[in-house]
Amino acid sequence: MRYNALQILKQGLTGHKGWKPAWRKAEPKPEYDIIIVGGGGHGLATAYYLAKQFEQKRIAVVEKGWIGGGNVGRNTTIIRSNYMLHENEGFYEFSLKLWENQEQDFNYNSMVSQRGIINLFHSDPQRDAYVRRGNAMALNGADPVLLDQDALRKKCPFLNFDNARFPIQGGLWQPRGGTVRHDAVAWGYARGADKRGVDIIENCEVTGFLIDQGVCSGVETTRGTIKAKKIGVAVAGSSSRVMAMAGMRLPMESHVLQAFVSEGLKPVIPGVITYGAGHFYVSQSDKGGLVFGGDIDGYNSYAQRGNLPVVEDVCEGGVSLMPMIGKARVLRMWGGIMDMSMDGSPIIDKTHVNGLYFNGGWCYGGFKATPASGYCFAQLIATDAPHETAKAMRMDRFSRGLMIDEKGQGAQPNLH
Amino acid sequence: MIIHHPLLGPRDSAEFIYLGDASLMERPDPKAENAQELFYKYLYLRDNPAGEHKELWYHEQGDRSWLILTRNTVTHEITHVELARRSK
Ligand SMILES: Cc1cc2nc3c(=O)[nH]c(=O)nc-3n(C[C@H](O)[C@H](O)[C@H](O)COP(=O)(O)OP(=O)(O)OC[C@H]3O[C@@H](n4cnc5c(N)ncnc54)[C@H](O)[C@@H]3O)c2cc1C
Repeated sequence: MRYNALQILKQGLTGHKGWKPAWRKAEPKPEYDIIIVGGGGHGLATAYYLAKQFEQKRIAVVEKGWIGGGNVGRNTTIIRSNYMLHENEGFYEFSLKLWENQEQDFNYNSMVSQRGIINLFHSDPQRDAYVRRGNAMALNGADPVLLDQDALRKKCPFLNFDNARFPIQGGLWQPRGGTVRHDAVAWGYARGADKRGVDIIENCEVTGFLIDQGVCSGVETTRGTIKAKKIGVAVAGSSSRVMAMAGMRLPMESHVLQAFVSEGLKPVIPGVITYGAGHFYVSQSDKGGLVFGGDIDGYNSYAQRGNLPVVEDVCEGGVSLMPMIGKARVLRMWGGIMDMSMDGSPIIDKTHVNGLYFNGGWCYGGFKATPASGYCFAQLIATDAPHETAKAMRMDRFSRGLMIDEKGQGAQPNLH
Repeated sequence: MIIHHPLLGPRDSAEFIYLGDASLMERPDPKAENAQELFYKYLYLRDNPAGEHKELWYHEQGDRSWLILTRNTVTHEITHVELARRSK
């Protein structure tokens, strides 16, 4: 069933009795051509593009819980392509272009809203760094705009411009950045994949790989053995655990990141704003809630909940940046487990095991990557050749000294 | 989280800075034949277990000692704390 205005009218007139589930509850078959492990945004997008773009058949997505219950349903929904390094920026700009056409492409309202993102700067050197970043963005076809203080005051008069310690001088604005309804991304890709015959198998945890003489020929799951010619793993925060079952150690740590939503308020925040001198970023949802977050808790964690010191830190950052939110009450908060790679950049690559492919290391920025990650991973699995924009996201880059380290900070599992 | 410091008793974890897996104490031998390979593994690869994890915490806002905690990364339960310098 295609979703469109006429359909809504028709269903409205017939008591909404004709809507069908958006995807089937598939049972595992004994064998597929391709299995994707992990029904998050990246796994579902991979299956969707495999079926649609690369015309692959007999595909299954195997998810241990329910689809959309992982980070794809836990993030703060920001999309942007404002990276500096060429190896990242081309990829994220490709992703932003896919976002711009996503709803039409998969015929689902994912509420892609290009309300813009502003990264604030508070000193001359920070401004210069943003100018440099803006230039790097422009080289990859993105849309940087440098806002001086006057221009920024017009957009965001409520900011604490004259903060004695961190005065706000301006910001790097990307008008095409914004937010997307995160659950709808999972559901839209699931529906589009299902329509093209992909089996989405929920409540099915992968517990092992069938590997013999360097060739992977399937997975063991809580619902039995499933064979496949090719297996792609996209399990985000569980990457180390899952790949350990294939005998691999990854350049990664798992950490918890928290997010917060306030009570609904009148529209006040025009887009996404990130603090350049503290760990705080914020946007306002269409329902009016302030959606905000900050830094990871800072120690290895597989608990999908955070601790109080970071809550305090995030709220301090928020209030020092925009004192007016001090009276807003927090409604909800939660945490998600992130796959923090050692250079802050992701991996989309084959492994040394034939037939086994890996996608992970998304740190806290993998939501915006969802369409491109799915597309590039699908291309890699279907053709065994990397996508042009994902060529540098190799697994062996750490041993070869080819890290993609945006800030030049060295081996640190706490980068964005 | 409360960390039971062997010398100072119960302390708030916010006084500490986290470094990572306690195996970082065992620095590879830079003169080894395969030093490059060893340092790659040392710097970048991690076990990253879900469950018991031995890890280094630095008491920055306290006595500046390094501690080795045995903590469960799923429940945050801390079952053992010792001074790093005593661990050898
Ligand atoms: C609080 C928070 C805020 C964030 N904010 C942003 C943001 O504003 N912008 C942005 O770009 N990114 C953001 N991120 C990061 C982003 O959400 C993630 O990088 C991205 O969602 C990860 O990819 P995914 O959607 O495939 O992950 P997930 O949705 O976590 O998918 C992985 C799936 O694998 C499944 N799985 C795990 N193990 C197994 C197994 N053994 N067998 C079968 N299935 C398994 C899991 O159940 C899960 O459903 C944020 C993350 C968090 C937690």
